[in-house]
Amino acid sequence: MITIRQLPQLLRKESRSLIIAVPWLWLALFFILPFLYILKISLAEPQLAQPPYTDLIQTDGEGLVTVLLNFANYMLIWEDSLYLDAFVGSLKVAGVSTILCLLVGYPMAYGIARAPVHMRLPLLMLIILPFWTSFLIRVYAWMGILKSNGLLNNMLMWLGVIDEPLDILYTPIAIYIGVVYSYLPFLILPLYATLVKLDNTLLEAAADLGCRPFKQFLTITLPQSVPGILAGGMLVFIPVMGEFVIPDLLGGPDSLMIGKLLWTEFFNNKDWPLASSLAAVLLVALIIPFMLMRHFERKSEEGQA
Amino acid sequence: MTDTRSADELASSAPDTSNNRDIILQIDKVTKHFDSAYACDDISLSIHRGEFFSLLGASGCGKTTLLRILAGFETPTSGRVLIDGVDVTNVPPYQRPVNMMFQSFALFPHMSVIDNIAFGLKQEAISKAERNDRVREMMSLVQIEKLAGRKPHQLSGGQRQRVALARALAKHPKLLLLDEPLGALDKKLREQTQFELINLQQRLGITFIMVTHDQEEAMTMSSRIALMHEGRVEQVDTPRRIYEFPATRYAAGFIGLVNLFQGVVVSHENDQVLIECEELPGQLLVHHSQPLAVGMDVSVALRPEKIRVLPGNDNQPNRVNAVIKDIAYLGDVSIYHAEVASGKRIKFTLPNVQALAEQPLTWEQEVTLGWQGDSCGVLTL
Repeated sequence: MITIRQLPQLLRKESRSLIIAVPWLWLALFFILPFLYILKISLAEPQLAQPPYTDLIQTDGEGLVTVLLNFANYMLIWEDSLYLDAFVGSLKVAGVSTILCLLVGYPMAYGIARAPVHMRLPLLMLIILPFWTSFLIRVYAWMGILKSNGLLNNMLMWLGVIDEPLDILYTPIAIYIGVVYSYLPFLILPLYATLVKLDNTLLEAAADLGCRPFKQFLTITLPQSVPGILAGGMLVFIPVMGEFVIPDLLGGPDSLMIGKLLWTEFFNNKDWPLASSLAAVLLVALIIPFMLMRHFERKSEEGQA
Repeated sequence: MTDTRSADELASSAPDTSNNRDIILQIDKVTKHFDSAYACDDISLSIHRGEFFSLLGASGCGKTTLLRILAGFETPTSGRVLIDGVDVTNVPPYQRPVNMMFQSFALFPHMSVIDNIAFGLKQEAISKAERNDRVREMMSLVQIEKLAGRKPHQLSGGQRQRVALARALAKHPKLLLLDEPLGALDKKLREQTQFELINLQQRLGITFIMVTHDQEEAMTMSSRIALMHEGRVEQVDTPRRIYEFPATRYAAGFIGLVNLFQGVVVSHENDQVLIECEELPGQLLVHHSQPLAVGMDVSVALRPEKIRVLPGNDNQPNRVNAVIKDIAYLGDVSIYHAEVASGKRIKFTLPNVQALAEQPLTWEQEVTLGWQGDSCGVLTL
């Protein structure tokens, strides 16, 4: 029997699971269900029809139900060096970009965290400001800057630094410029959040014990900001792994990245099952580093409690 | 009559191991202001080698700023700091022969206990073997050998305090600065640690400079105390002298309980001062050796425990009739508030000698209070 008196407590218990149910429902509807659908397509065979893939479950009209699972796509991804190369290509771009973002973003995040309190918000606004323009337009703008008679080359020639235009657009360098430019805020924001919390007395303690400023940074600030580096790094690394727009617009035809390949399989080759297999493999490949990050995060949280 | 205020007659509560002629730290007219507020205002102090020196004061009195100036975290607006005769005013903290124990302990959270203690030594050019020896020596000094591999978050407050102390002592500094070293500990642990710190200081012979707001802590541990108020030093003296002979009204009021009577000097002969107080009948007789002008406005400071309850006829020069209005039972002593004819209340304490005996004094009882002329002091500031 539930008495009136127990009701508030009961409601509280119920409302807690109710609140948790909302994000779970969201995840189930918009992540798990679509992913299962992708998984299903990845195990089918392509066909010229609508939709362009076979059904997994086929009935022959005589009550016989056959389930056809086609693992050929996964085999192909494993065997054809094209896909592996694309993975490696994406891994390289994502890895190098993350490091470049760190090199550029760390000093910026550090500078903002150390700025006077009233300056921090305006500086953060400047970091976020580019987001107010469409991502696509900003990448197109880079084409205008980097092309052979673009802004950059014209300026360098006008300054007399170079005699003939540099080939930047449609090279890996252009991809890196585009990626670092686009994803830098994702690294700066979590890193700033970590650095701004750093206890200044720890640096004073280090100085008091004879540690010079640069070594203070290496032995105290850097280790203490690892959670921010990991969080920011992942926010750059993961989306760049699947990035399609930047390599397609700024990279050359030979730039091999998994996102671009996925697009080609999907829209040009109309091979939905293969594209879905690629998407599934990409997801699994990304979940592993994410779980590693969670692991390290928990460890460093223990270290700070 | 001998002057009761001669310094050698009064031993401090913590034995003074210092060599008085050997000054290790000289603070020379140090002033520090933030914007227009003075944190330190023209402070000059000389601290002897081997002293346990306390900077005592309420919060905001500038004691922490002064300590941070000594550590090198703040640069004084004007004035100089000399350690062992060397001007270190503009020397950065990492080059000073000074170590600090922070109020929050400031242990490095990502390092183990042993790495925390070794941190300072790693900044020096000494061999790994020697460094390990020193770290082990420090850990046994504060009895934390068993905690070597732990991280700070796995330690209790008392253990963290020990690690912080070991880390600050590992470099054998000329000065150890302690910022409210016992502030983060509970009462019981604080009392125990007080004596451990005194013993440690005497064993190592390192000069300790402690900042505290706790007068008992300062009294128990220090060889000398500088009482600070609004950026200035009110008085520098041994704990005993600062209690018995406060130099200013503020000093008298800050440390312990005190009765203050406003008055005017009537006469001053042979170290005997007669003072006329509006609030008290008759004139007060006080022993005082410094010259005082007749007609000068002064305060008489009288500690509650110096007051006696007198039997009917007594020849005490300072006596006053009063009525008990309040009694506060504190266990070891009781504090009585007695009102004199003018309405002024006098606080006095009596020890509770017997456990269950009837209270010797009760509410609304008339008593005669008296005290010796050398039990109170004249304050001109």
